[in-house]
Amino acid sequence: MAKQPKAKTATLKYLRVHPVTNVCFSAIFIFLALLCFMPALLVLIVSLSSESSVLSKGYSYFPAEWSLASYKYLLQQSGYIGRAFMNSIGITVIGTLIGLIMCSTMGYSISRSNYRLKGFFTWFIFIPMLFSGGLVASYVINTQILGLKNTYWSLILPMCCSSFYVIIMRTFFQTTVPDAIIESAKIDGARQVRIFLQIVLPISLPSIATIGLFYTFAYWNDWMLAKYYLNTNAQEKFPLQYVLITLENNIQFLTRNSQFLGTDAAADLPSETVRMAMVMVAVIPIACSYPFFQKYFISGLTIGAVKG
Amino acid sequence: MAELVKKAKAVKVSKTGAESTGSSFDNLELFLLHLPTTLWYLIFCYAPMFGIVISFFDYNVAPGKGFLYSLFVNSSWNGVGNFKFLFESIYFEPMIRNTLVYNSIFIVLGVLIPVTLAIIISELYSKRLAKVCQTAMFLPHFLSWVVIGYFVFAFFSQDAGLVNNIAKSIGVGDPKHNWYNDVGFWKWFLVFLNQWKGMGYGMVVYMASISGIDQEMYEAALIDGASKWQQTRFITIPMLRPIVSIMFIMAIGNIFRSDFGLFYQATRNSGPLTDITQTIDVYVYKALIDKPNINLSAPAALIQSVCGCITIVLANIVVKKIDPEAGLF
Repeated sequence: MAKQPKAKTATLKYLRVHPVTNVCFSAIFIFLALLCFMPALLVLIVSLSSESSVLSKGYSYFPAEWSLASYKYLLQQSGYIGRAFMNSIGITVIGTLIGLIMCSTMGYSISRSNYRLKGFFTWFIFIPMLFSGGLVASYVINTQILGLKNTYWSLILPMCCSSFYVIIMRTFFQTTVPDAIIESAKIDGARQVRIFLQIVLPISLPSIATIGLFYTFAYWNDWMLAKYYLNTNAQEKFPLQYVLITLENNIQFLTRNSQFLGTDAAADLPSETVRMAMVMVAVIPIACSYPFFQKYFISGLTIGAVKG
Repeated sequence: MAELVKKAKAVKVSKTGAESTGSSFDNLELFLLHLPTTLWYLIFCYAPMFGIVISFFDYNVAPGKGFLYSLFVNSSWNGVGNFKFLFESIYFEPMIRNTLVYNSIFIVLGVLIPVTLAIIISELYSKRLAKVCQTAMFLPHFLSWVVIGYFVFAFFSQDAGLVNNIAKSIGVGDPKHNWYNDVGFWKWFLVFLNQWKGMGYGMVVYMASISGIDQEMYEAALIDGASKWQQTRFITIPMLRPIVSIMFIMAIGNIFRSDFGLFYQATRNSGPLTDITQTIDVYVYKALIDKPNINLSAPAALIQSVCGCITIVLANIVVKKIDPEAGLF
């Protein structure tokens, strides 16, 4: 790159798009960014407006009156709504830990070129990516053989390992952990388990963190498992996302049947601003953290897209 | 560290061919290390593969007894009877149609839009603006469909929604319009929502590939007098082909798998919309949990898995025929 500065700017002119085009492109992206961001802002503003303002004006970016009442109400909640937040945190933490152990051990083993069963287990991981028993067979086995219905484990185990993550891990280990280090540790008398815990894991911490993030977001956002495996008998186990679903259903039920039930039935349910505040409780941890973590996400995505 | 390298060299020198597969003790240890994962795969992935036999039974759960008792004693062999019943049901044709039509649209747009956006965003002068926009566009990817369902509700709720509010204040359209009954609107809005959620993710994947393209190729093209458009057409797009084909195969493999969250949760399972939102996954859910009828849901789920498996293998073969380097496996 020993070019003259003048020549550099001249080539830059041809390597870049026209300035007018640049303005148009910038406008497109500002529009798209707002399109993705504004809905979240609307819900945030609704959750911060007073109940009477929502009743009179509806959902609006410019509420008549601001208020923190809905968040105060949430803080005082006991019962299943208050518990939901703790459930979500617990499931996310435990699920992420179990998931990381599962993926890293398998990924490590099949990344070692001298592991005799490497070929077999690579296929063992790969086949479920092509063919699965489907939702119903999984559901029947999980509920009738494993007895997972209405347990916390039903929200953790079915998604705690994924072939996709194992393959990403394997690629990570293949590229970041040279065989030489492992061979030399072996000469010093270390066993595989110790090599894995004391040498491999510390030097691949960034990769572990990446997969950990994938898991954390997946568990935090999960509602499918709760929808399949929990019913109203297990209300104290509902994670946050599922509470949001049940509230939505209850409101619909009440509005449909309001003439039979009378208007009092709706009084027990959280108000509109409180529901929007709960949505924000589910969104804010993610929205505040992903901008800092996205570079790890991107590295995981690009490695995952490399062919296995 | 230097010591480690020295030792590693020593090992390489001292190694003979026979030793390179590792000692049997090593193999055992590695096996034990991943044994829990292996068990997980056997229970949660391979057992359901055999569990598909229930599609061929008239399955009755025996309360309090085990699964095998329910299957072999309490249920009777039904052959393809369940499938026949499913094929003849009025739900079958619409659910296959919805799944395939929507997924085809999603796949085509899901390649075109993110690739275009990725190419455009890498041309922006201001890298900071590009970073900010890309971050904002990544947000929907991290949100669950439940949350997005609430976002949609905030805009399209009949009583309080923003869209009806605006309609009321400017006096255009029907301020009491029930959006959740409007099939004509949702038909297109489903496509919009899908792209809205997936756009940032796709863009990031392709942007990473674009930033990996050697800058000197563009400079060489410049010397040959290539315009910006020609540079894009003859360098950027061909360089993106491998990653596009991988993403494409993966998407095709999921063509029978519809996004349950989009079709069921974001639409609030609205009755009048059933015609366009009943996809295979929605049907399986309804026939498994809402109004349980395992004899209908099991064959539907099996058809989904089998067709998915066939399409991914076929897509891989076709892509490999076109470009031998581009296959997924």
